[in-house]
Amino acid sequence: MPTLNVNGTSRDVDVPDDMPLLWVIRDILQMTGTKFGCGIGACGACTVHLDGQPIRSCVTPVIAAAGRSITTIEAVGDTPAGRKVQDAWLDLDVVQCGYCQSGQIMSAAALIASNANPSDADIDNAMAGNICRCGTYVRIRAAIKKAAQPPAVAKGA
Amino acid sequence: MAWSRREFIVAGAAAGGGLLLSCRIGRRDDAVAAGTFAPNAWIRISREGTVTLVVSQVEMGQGTYTSMPMLLAEELDVAMEQVTVEAAPPGPAYFNPATGFQATGGSTSVRALWMPLRRAGATARAMLVAAAAKEWGVEASGCRVERGTVYCDASGRMLSYGQLADKAATLPVPDKVPLKDAKDWKIIGTSAKRLDSPGKVNGSAKFGIDTIVPGMKFAAVAASPVFGGTLASVDDAGAMAVKGVSQVVRLVDAVAVIASNTWAARQGLAALAIQWNNGPNAALTTADLVKQLEQESAKKGTVARKAGDLAAAMAGATTKVEAVYEAPFLAHATMEPVNCTVHVRADACDVWVGTQVAGRAQATAAKVTGLPKDRVSVHNHLIGGGFGRRLEVDYVTQAVAIAKQVDAPVKVTWSREEDVQHDIYRPYYYDRISAGLDGNGKLVGWSHRIAGPSIVNRWAEKSLSGLKAAGLSNLISTIRGVDLDAVDGAIDTAYDFPSMLVDYVRVEPAGIPTGWWRGVGPTHNVFVVESFVDELAAAAKQDPLAFRVGLMKKSPRAAAVLELAAARADWGQPMAPGRGRGLSVQQVFGSYVAQVAEVEVSGSEVRVTRVVAAVDCGTQINPDIIVAQMQSGIIFGASGALYGEVTLKDGRIQQSNFSDYRVLRINESPLIEVHLVPSSEAPGGMGEPGTSAVMPAIANAVFAATGKRVRKLPISTALAG
Repeated sequence: MPTLNVNGTSRDVDVPDDMPLLWVIRDILQMTGTKFGCGIGACGACTVHLDGQPIRSCVTPVIAAAGRSITTIEAVGDTPAGRKVQDAWLDLDVVQCGYCQSGQIMSAAALIASNANPSDADIDNAMAGNICRCGTYVRIRAAIKKAAQPPAVAKGA
Repeated sequence: MAWSRREFIVAGAAAGGGLLLSCRIGRRDDAVAAGTFAPNAWIRISREGTVTLVVSQVEMGQGTYTSMPMLLAEELDVAMEQVTVEAAPPGPAYFNPATGFQATGGSTSVRALWMPLRRAGATARAMLVAAAAKEWGVEASGCRVERGTVYCDASGRMLSYGQLADKAATLPVPDKVPLKDAKDWKIIGTSAKRLDSPGKVNGSAKFGIDTIVPGMKFAAVAASPVFGGTLASVDDAGAMAVKGVSQVVRLVDAVAVIASNTWAARQGLAALAIQWNNGPNAALTTADLVKQLEQESAKKGTVARKAGDLAAAMAGATTKVEAVYEAPFLAHATMEPVNCTVHVRADACDVWVGTQVAGRAQATAAKVTGLPKDRVSVHNHLIGGGFGRRLEVDYVTQAVAIAKQVDAPVKVTWSREEDVQHDIYRPYYYDRISAGLDGNGKLVGWSHRIAGPSIVNRWAEKSLSGLKAAGLSNLISTIRGVDLDAVDGAIDTAYDFPSMLVDYVRVEPAGIPTGWWRGVGPTHNVFVVESFVDELAAAAKQDPLAFRVGLMKKSPRAAAVLELAAARADWGQPMAPGRGRGLSVQQVFGSYVAQVAEVEVSGSEVRVTRVVAAVDCGTQINPDIIVAQMQSGIIFGASGALYGEVTLKDGRIQQSNFSDYRVLRINESPLIEVHLVPSSEAPGGMGEPGTSAVMPAIANAVFAATGKRVRKLPISTALAG
């Protein structure tokens, strides 16, 4: 029985070792923010963080995540990078249908956490695995750049 | 599109106190016949002051859960953050005046509801003010409203809407309430923040696929891989041996595995040994269907539009140009795969789903279960991409049929492969088009024959009353054999053709279901018309911009957006080898859109580097959402134009997932600039137009870059061939 650490909470899950992490998160733990999109790691809707790295949970066997730190969209706002990304997403109203956005935000948060000043090419590399059929790409790019900006220094009076 | 309508406002006490206001919309004939009017939108103001709007137009990214509340809040004089949105249940109360039944699609939401919702808001405000005035013994004119509170400045008194709700509910409904002048708008015309953003950013937003019901089971399903096939036999020993699998359900044309989680169900499905009766379509290929279209379209069709003496014009033409254009079958590939959760009991049925047509979902569930409609509850959800897919209820029908055999609530989730291979596809269209030019390169005659299935007709067969309600012109046209959607964008172009004929040949393909896709009829027609106009400009040896503007004397709004887009896109400036710019202009869905696409071509690989759009959609409700819809439509249409293609072999769809049904990714996404033209005209639709406009703009840019004219989509296949 694998033991998972999800968003800081330890959970024993009675599932086969090869069950993809996605279905453990959605069906067993009943956390629905992480989405099913393609099942083959081709769309990024299921992206979560494993020890801070973005992974496609639909093709990650649960046993590979056992004992490691899993972060989902429900808790990414507790990290500095996740908070900045979510704030930028709200500022620019990035979302449309919103279905892919959990995965987009997880990929973007991992990018921002490791790269304080991503170039367009960095954004392309980090985000090309996340499909958005509503075509929010223009705003995703702008929001990542906004999230990466250092916070404005308050001017003293 | 125009539709006649009357709105009626009724009010009464809400259960539990407060003011309940419904805005009813109907047509005089319907009202007399039925003796009742169907309310369209519901306002609830609780004693606590909460303003709830039940929105009939489902949110699937296009912004209705923001734009509809904006219309209400403007006239009600409440702040957007005071408004709560709820999805409407099925029922005639929520019929869309543009379609005659409950539907979200065709870029109709703002167009159909912008007046009724404002009237509903203004009427509620008037009653609340009247209640305050009565309480204070003053004239209503001596009161003002700010953020849901009524003030009497002369006496320094104030009462909130919540405090006034009970009293307002007892007052008569005013017959006629003035709406605000546009100059006094505080919310309409602003880029108010989307109300659905927070939940979609923190993961708490609930789509149909996120439904959790106590005791729920999970189903994986495989339908006959050949359309029209049936289940012959299934050996379920392997499936039943999978831990968590509890049941295998057999339908006429599908088999489902029921389990304690989705993964177990999918493992079980993979372990089944299924035999199918493939039926009459077992050998079908795309080529068979194209051949049928080619043959049928050689015959004259039903006239959709005729003007001038085309025969004489063509006889006198010095240059004649003719072409065949083809547009492929397309899948929707919404990010949220098809799913539906159903609980069937002896006396009731619950359906949790995201649907563009809640009433149809209810009707099919009632039919499958044999229950009366009022025993079927449809719980509508946010939709993870509609694009027309959720205008169909095939998956609801299937899920209810499965759930009927399961003694628990069951969530049916299609794999992505099932989603791509059992879609209801954008039809393959086959167009024959020709035109004549005089010695000066002036267009004298235009002939366009459209061949393809009639989606409207398929719907009408299910609901003639729905079609009738949608308007007499729709009904008459359908009886005549012209599908107004199939010819939309071809019969009312921005151009002034001295003589023209547009005819329509209905060809229903065997072995593949067809339905609406984003941009509906115009998606294919604007591609054909705008590509062919480009061909004519080349034949006339004229600049594509100048040639178009020369034909647009009667369409000043279209000409204005075209010239604006061209100016902002540096039209006419030289480009490097392998690069090119292409234009398109259209007037559909009540909006005027022009685009200039820039491409870079390398072999069969086309990169769209920049798209400049100019938009005149009349009165702008929320400019930022208009911009977002234009960006969205451009990406969606570019995916289709560059890569989109669904093909059949041995009766089976050959594509299966994003690995072989390619869509645009962020690294392939163009820079997009959207320029909005201010206007006080009635609002036009914005969900669809970006998609139809971008396809020909890209194809025309490919021509500018390479000299190759793409007459058969997708572009990647055309250039590789």
